[in-house]
Amino acid sequence: MHNKSITDLAKSLRAGEFSSVELTQAFLDRIKRYSSLNSYITVTEDLALQEAKAADERIAKGDATLLTGIPIAQKDIFCTQGVKTTCGSKMLDNFIAPYNATVVEKFNQAGAVMLGKLNMDEFAMGSSNETSYYGAVKNPWDLNAIPGGSSGGSAAAVAAGLAVCATGTDTGGSIRQPASHCGITGLKPTYGRVSRYGMIAYASSLDQGGPMAHNAEDAAIMLQIMAGFDERDSTSVDLPVPDYRAELNNSIEGLKIGLPKEFFGEGLNSDVAAVIERAVNECRKLGAHIQEVSMPNLKLAIPAYYVIAPAECSANLSRFDGVRYGYRCANPVDLTDLYTRSRGEGFGKEVKRRILMGTYALSAGYYDAYYIKAQKVRRLISDDFKKALSEVDVIMGPVAPTAAFGIGEKIGNPIEMYLSDIYTIAINLAGLPAMSVPAGIIGGKPVGLQIIGNYFAEDRLLNIAHQYQQVTDWHQQSPKGFE
Amino acid sequence: MSLTTNDVKKIAHLARLGIDESDIESYARDLSGMLDLMTQMSELNTDDVIPMAHPMDQVQRLRPDIVTEQNNREQFQAIAPQVEAGLYLVPKVIE
Amino acid sequence: MEWEAVIGLEIHTQLATKSKIFSGASTAYGAEPNTQACAVDLGLPGVLPVLNQEAVRMAVLFGLAIEAEIAPYSVFARKNYFYPDLPKGYQISQFELPIVGLGHLDIDVDGVKKCIGVTRAHLEEDAGKSLHEDFHGLTGIDLNRAGTPLLEIVSEPDMRSAKEAVAYMRKLHELVRYLGICDGNMQEGSFRCDANVSVRPKGQQAFGTRAEIKNINSFKFVEKAINYEIERQIDLIESGGAVVQETRLYDAVKDQTRSMRSKEEANDYRYFPDPDLLPVVVDEAFKAQVKATMPELPDAKKQRFKEQYGLDDESTTILTSSRPLADYFEIVVKESGSEAKICANWVTGDLLAALNRSGLEIGDSPVSHERLAGLLARISDNTISGKIAKQVFEEMWQGTASADEIIEAKGLKQITDTGAIEAIIDKIIANNPGQVEQYRSGKDKVFGFFVGQVMKEMQGKANPGEVNKMLKDKLK
Repeated sequence: MHNKSITDLAKSLRAGEFSSVELTQAFLDRIKRYSSLNSYITVTEDLALQEAKAADERIAKGDATLLTGIPIAQKDIFCTQGVKTTCGSKMLDNFIAPYNATVVEKFNQAGAVMLGKLNMDEFAMGSSNETSYYGAVKNPWDLNAIPGGSSGGSAAAVAAGLAVCATGTDTGGSIRQPASHCGITGLKPTYGRVSRYGMIAYASSLDQGGPMAHNAEDAAIMLQIMAGFDERDSTSVDLPVPDYRAELNNSIEGLKIGLPKEFFGEGLNSDVAAVIERAVNECRKLGAHIQEVSMPNLKLAIPAYYVIAPAECSANLSRFDGVRYGYRCANPVDLTDLYTRSRGEGFGKEVKRRILMGTYALSAGYYDAYYIKAQKVRRLISDDFKKALSEVDVIMGPVAPTAAFGIGEKIGNPIEMYLSDIYTIAINLAGLPAMSVPAGIIGGKPVGLQIIGNYFAEDRLLNIAHQYQQVTDWHQQSPKGFE
Repeated sequence: MSLTTNDVKKIAHLARLGIDESDIESYARDLSGMLDLMTQMSELNTDDVIPMAHPMDQVQRLRPDIVTEQNNREQFQAIAPQVEAGLYLVPKVIE
Repeated sequence: MEWEAVIGLEIHTQLATKSKIFSGASTAYGAEPNTQACAVDLGLPGVLPVLNQEAVRMAVLFGLAIEAEIAPYSVFARKNYFYPDLPKGYQISQFELPIVGLGHLDIDVDGVKKCIGVTRAHLEEDAGKSLHEDFHGLTGIDLNRAGTPLLEIVSEPDMRSAKEAVAYMRKLHELVRYLGICDGNMQEGSFRCDANVSVRPKGQQAFGTRAEIKNINSFKFVEKAINYEIERQIDLIESGGAVVQETRLYDAVKDQTRSMRSKEEANDYRYFPDPDLLPVVVDEAFKAQVKATMPELPDAKKQRFKEQYGLDDESTTILTSSRPLADYFEIVVKESGSEAKICANWVTGDLLAALNRSGLEIGDSPVSHERLAGLLARISDNTISGKIAKQVFEEMWQGTASADEIIEAKGLKQITDTGAIEAIIDKIIANNPGQVEQYRSGKDKVFGFFVGQVMKEMQGKANPGEVNKMLKDKLK
């Protein structure tokens, strides 16, 4: 049961093969059994069983959606009313959210069953899930390796069969990279496609929530629920949501795929390059045309991102001050002490690093040189993509330069960690949609293929991924011991 | 581009961020490393480029002027560190 | 050494919207602490701002009224600093691209007209309130006010005296109330003034160092604070010192300004465009829509009242001091058919006096314009005299009866029947031969005696005009 897709499970639930309560209990047992993966921060056992019971009633009445009764989990960045929401931080260790994020509301309305809240890099800052206050998450494929980040808990849980699917968020690659490292399918939607209301902000102009699941069809089902205009989010786009499953079975004959030469330079592990080449070849066999494109400003994506994201987050995290909620230091002697100690004790090193960087980039005298400069570079990168996507339909390439590295290997070297974001970060700057799809296994660890599309072309991406998944079975592999 | 420990202390104060004395040097090093990445950007001429604040060319939507929120004080203050008589309490503020 | 003062004012007006600028919580004054602070106002993790259209309309209306440039494209920026009444650790304001650009406001000081420039006006959110009453050594924070829309109006440093500053402040106060965008209630904090004051030797082009005096909340205190500060700065420089750029507070009890904090220590606000909000676009169609709602402005109304109603400056100033009062007056003129001057006298005299005694605003007047018009119509058509009318007005103020009902009930109708008047006059003349003799021999003052006697006999209900005419005739 635990590695089945949403559609299979939905069918079984309707056929009465088992109930949602039984299904949910099975997952809760597995979560306990594999708690050493550390993918969950909070397991909401009683709540889940209550929701499962209600779901069974709905299914019996014939009033169900595909997701009704399906056990899912939420990245702990989404506010869940009445349930602890920590964002992977000591700062929110005591925070019981008083409201639901829009995304959470939508899943609730669809009747999904929430198993719990998933571990993540603190405040979504990290690429390895090692910065979490709740400890590192283990990659089920290799327990000594990182699962990726910041949605590491989400990726690990789905890969290990501890949730049917999960939500993630992606600011610089945080859905795609863990999806790649854990062998699952993840999608970052176009900026503005999914509401950010209730999704704790890291970098407001880059953040997007998205689905992480076993395959493209499941991702499409999840996205159908998540996408849509929300009047509570000014950056939410008011465009109709297409039927994401309608185009899945279209042929990709004649599809034009662009491969940026800058994606395949030095720094890309040769085994990973081979996996990508093979995946692209599968697409060629399905009738797609491959051509080279160029993204001349790609390498500037890293410095631009590491100015813009910290600048925005430095302001977004100012609200954590020990006054109205969250961590407060003991016995503050005055106001300054309240602030500096609550924030000093509540935040981890990586978060502090980025707040300091952002504060510096915005401070008097440096604003033009760093922040404005970075926004200009952002425009150039975005234009590069626009130009490339006028020549081809989608862009493909690797998600990360290597397969999952070891826990502890890069955490001491932040710059090296940042450089590994090279293939994913530019997409967030441009606001384009992109997916990671399982495409191979190297040394027992999965590697994903990245597919990048034009604005609001999620249906096309899902179509391509689905077609690829009809002729390959990487997405059906499970880590040893978690089958 | 190198940041001194004094620079770090000043920035930390602006951000009201407590950092241990023993960590200041490593933060200075990390930030300097990040700033070194920035030199690639500064080398590029971007005089004619318009900064991009948002990926989409959208404009701000306006909402009608109606009261839609009711009093939820009990619920919100249930998670507050220190409240009294409906007020959030903080160390005395001196003007 | 001759000195010149240079003054600029920054005025924060709370816009009279029903809900907050970025959330749907109420802006009503006086609620229990934190009962009007929703998730967005509290800055809970994950919340986002959405802009109130009425705040935009009000800002544009103001901009059009001061003939300013309205930015077709303006941007909200985050102003970053830490203070417990600022929940997000930043205030959403406007920095490089405000919604209203350069405009002007004309003032009149002792008959001298001057044009004061307005540099800009921008939208921002208000912060909460700190209550310093002791909570065992702690301060209490009320966030009801957090998120209330403010329009910050910045003047050019064009004022040269405290008097000019007060005139500008009054003009602005009148304008925002006329436009209906702000109630101007300084006690409740709807209209707050900061003054930037510096001095320089007369003739010098360069500005001196300025000090900012914060949060002065009455016209009187603004004048005193600025005068004190000008003196203080001149004394300081003349005794060899230098003015420090700083923020100062006005102490009304001691009538002095004192230093609050030095601007060197002030925050680096690290302004940057708020990524949760998109640029605000004001197109020609919107501007035209807003312009169509522009009410007649104070200066135009004053001019028209002088021309249309032939009123003097004093009456005009009083009548146009508020839109509701001006409207009340105009309706009374129209509905009563009376001469404008008579209506003006009644409104600025009897009505305002009664309102002031009862501590009421014109909007709460127990005597509506219909009822007053009814009364004035009866004076016009000679049903009652002006003197009797004052009695009737008293009655009307206490109750709800119309002028006609009271006149009927109390039998106050003026007697115009010439036959009846003639009869009484003949009687008085016959009974007072001595006074008749005196009058005919040149003692004009005795005429008043006869008038008085006739009126007394007729219980004041005779038409004075008729009485005078007839008496003059009969006494020839």
